Amino acid sequence: MRLKTLVAVLGVGAVVACAPVQSGPTTTGTDEKTGQLRVWLFDEVNRGPKEAVVKEAISEFQGKHSGVTVDVQYIQVSSRAERFKAAFSDPKSAPDVAEFGNTDLAGYVSAGGFSELDLGSWSESKDLVPTILDTAKVDGKTYGVPWFVGVRALYYRTDVFSELGLKPPATLDEIAPLARQIRQRKPELIGISAGGKYLFAALPFIWANGGDIAKQDGGKYTATIDSAEAKAGVAKYTELIKDDICPPATCAGNGGDASVEAFRAGKAAMTIGGDFNRKSVDASSAAGKYGVVPLPGKTPGSVAPAFAGGNLLGVMKGTQRKTLANEFVQLLASKKYQQKMYTAMGNLPTFGDVQKQVSDSDKFLEPFTKTLQSGTKFVPVTPAWAKIEAQTVLPTMIQEVVTGAKNVDTATADAAKTMNAAFAS
Amino acid sequence: MTAKGQGRTAFAYLTPALLVLGGLLAYPIYQLVLISLYDYGQEQVSGGAPLTFLGLGNYQKLLGEQQFWTVLGQTVAFAAVCVVGTLIVGAFLAILATRVRTWVRMTLFLAALGAWSTPAVAGSTIWLFLFDANFGFVNEVLGIQGFSWTFDKWTAFGLVAAQVIWCSFPFVMVTLYAGIKAIPGEVLEAAALDGASAFRTAWSVTLPLLRPIILVVTIQSIIWDFKVFTQIYVMTNGGGIAGRNLVLNVYAYQQAFAASEYGLGAAIGVVMTVLLLVITLFYLRALRRSGEVL
Repeated sequence: MRLKTLVAVLGVGAVVACAPVQSGPTTTGTDEKTGQLRVWLFDEVNRGPKEAVVKEAISEFQGKHSGVTVDVQYIQVSSRAERFKAAFSDPKSAPDVAEFGNTDLAGYVSAGGFSELDLGSWSESKDLVPTILDTAKVDGKTYGVPWFVGVRALYYRTDVFSELGLKPPATLDEIAPLARQIRQRKPELIGISAGGKYLFAALPFIWANGGDIAKQDGGKYTATIDSAEAKAGVAKYTELIKDDICPPATCAGNGGDASVEAFRAGKAAMTIGGDFNRKSVDASSAAGKYGVVPLPGKTPGSVAPAFAGGNLLGVMKGTQRKTLANEFVQLLASKKYQQKMYTAMGNLPTFGDVQKQVSDSDKFLEPFTKTLQSGTKFVPVTPAWAKIEAQTVLPTMIQEVVTGAKNVDTATADAAKTMNAAFAS
Repeated sequence: MTAKGQGRTAFAYLTPALLVLGGLLAYPIYQLVLISLYDYGQEQVSGGAPLTFLGLGNYQKLLGEQQFWTVLGQTVAFAAVCVVGTLIVGAFLAILATRVRTWVRMTLFLAALGAWSTPAVAGSTIWLFLFDANFGFVNEVLGIQGFSWTFDKWTAFGLVAAQVIWCSFPFVMVTLYAGIKAIPGEVLEAAALDGASAFRTAWSVTLPLLRPIILVVTIQSIIWDFKVFTQIYVMTNGGGIAGRNLVLNVYAYQQAFAASEYGLGAAIGVVMTVLLLVITLFYLRALRRSGEVL
């Protein structure tokens, strides 16, 4: 008996005395001017054109700096979380410069992954669109340069609309009746392909109704997804995922890609798609018979605030070549290379003047730049957001309403509770 | 050599194995328990924030969560269905294999081994193709195009359970077949001479002799099916519509590891380990009561 007590005491002692491992301080203080600069960029389905532009930038960079080589590694978007976590935990395996999604920013910064950037000395930076630059900021400090931006608008089938003698919706509230009418008259079509997991399609409905996901008050976020305005938006969006518009059995599990896929397959009369979906839609059965308009707001002529997605380029905190890393970021994110990236990949630039340039020369972009100019919105900039996203809080909320498991009031109240718990931790 | 000396020698021989076991088993469990007592997120791992000792805080949070209990219930029920299904299918086919001609048996074994050796992700994806709402072979044969198997909670669970049974019955079948074959022919002959019916022979002779093997495959199946991750994650797209097809392992991944809450995730891991140990112990005790020498 006594022996057991002793073992127990020793066991508890061992547990309390030792702690889980933590990696050491990540800043090194050295700033070497030669050697290898390591860069992580995202892999793409069709990477060739992106790689060509990046190679061009690298040879320009290496020409300017002798004794410097740039090594680019293309990482998968789907496994980025694991890669970045590993890089933060082990600075030796981390790159100097990395591309990353703007929704991941807050989490990465609080993990101590990226260093603050000083864009003051970079003359081009003043032309960056302010609302887009905001997506690179945490607590007023800038941690990345917006490399490109992506917004969504309303895709619709011109052939179906002219056959039925319809016009694209002028307000947000017209979408549901219009979609219902189309499905009634053409039962083989989905009225509008909306997805239960397609958060970035649902957010404009919430924002246009005057609601928001959360509000910031003195540096602390509180969920407002259960406010009357947000609930109105949730109700409007979930109304679309019903048997008479987009049957839940088909649509409830869909995210953005699957939602657009239904439109590509010619099975949907409308969908919410991004400027980045253009190439894939052009390579589908909907090619040549679709048009795009900004997603309308509450009043005719207004535009529903869109989510400003996009990727940033940042400098890792543990880098030993801070100056070089900064210079490379400014080169790759410069007007010149953003223009080239637009030509190569169709990525929307983040500079106001470059945006105007490209949309003047390409009619297709007009609804998207119009959406950008009428003001975009963003998800809460806090590390808690990464948690909320990983726990699929909002998609679950939408799916609960869509399947009838909960009504809008209960589902939003529960989501708000989970979100507040994440904000508080 | 004295008895004591013998014991010491035996222990010396066992030391290397004990060291390996300790390193591979005890240390990870120790780390798991340790992490579960801390607020251990990505910030803490990469040194951006100090460690906070929570004691049982993670467990409190977990056990206070209503969803945890729902998911736990689902996991137990799901695992039970899978275990029973695997054992029935496996046993039935094992008996079948002893009764058929060689080439039929060979075909059966090859097919079973194919299912067994298919990687879980590939197997799940193939099943999804087969049961696809619009283009799936199954819906075409049944003439129910457009019916989604993965939308409804119960059809989704049923489909995944069928997949799990499909890829785990071969182990049961092969093991039981070997067990049946190892039963001495004289015993069965004696039973036949005594005038026992086929059912009586199976119930009173074969089954008791197979008991140790059934014990092993049952415990194995319980442990496997309780820990199912891939099939649920792939086939229900991460836990089904509104998370209604979550099982414990996927729940742990989604709530804790993907959200970088390693402390909470470790707590779920500890709870799972304890549960499995308890189930196994109960099972062993029940068997010992019924007179089995282990």
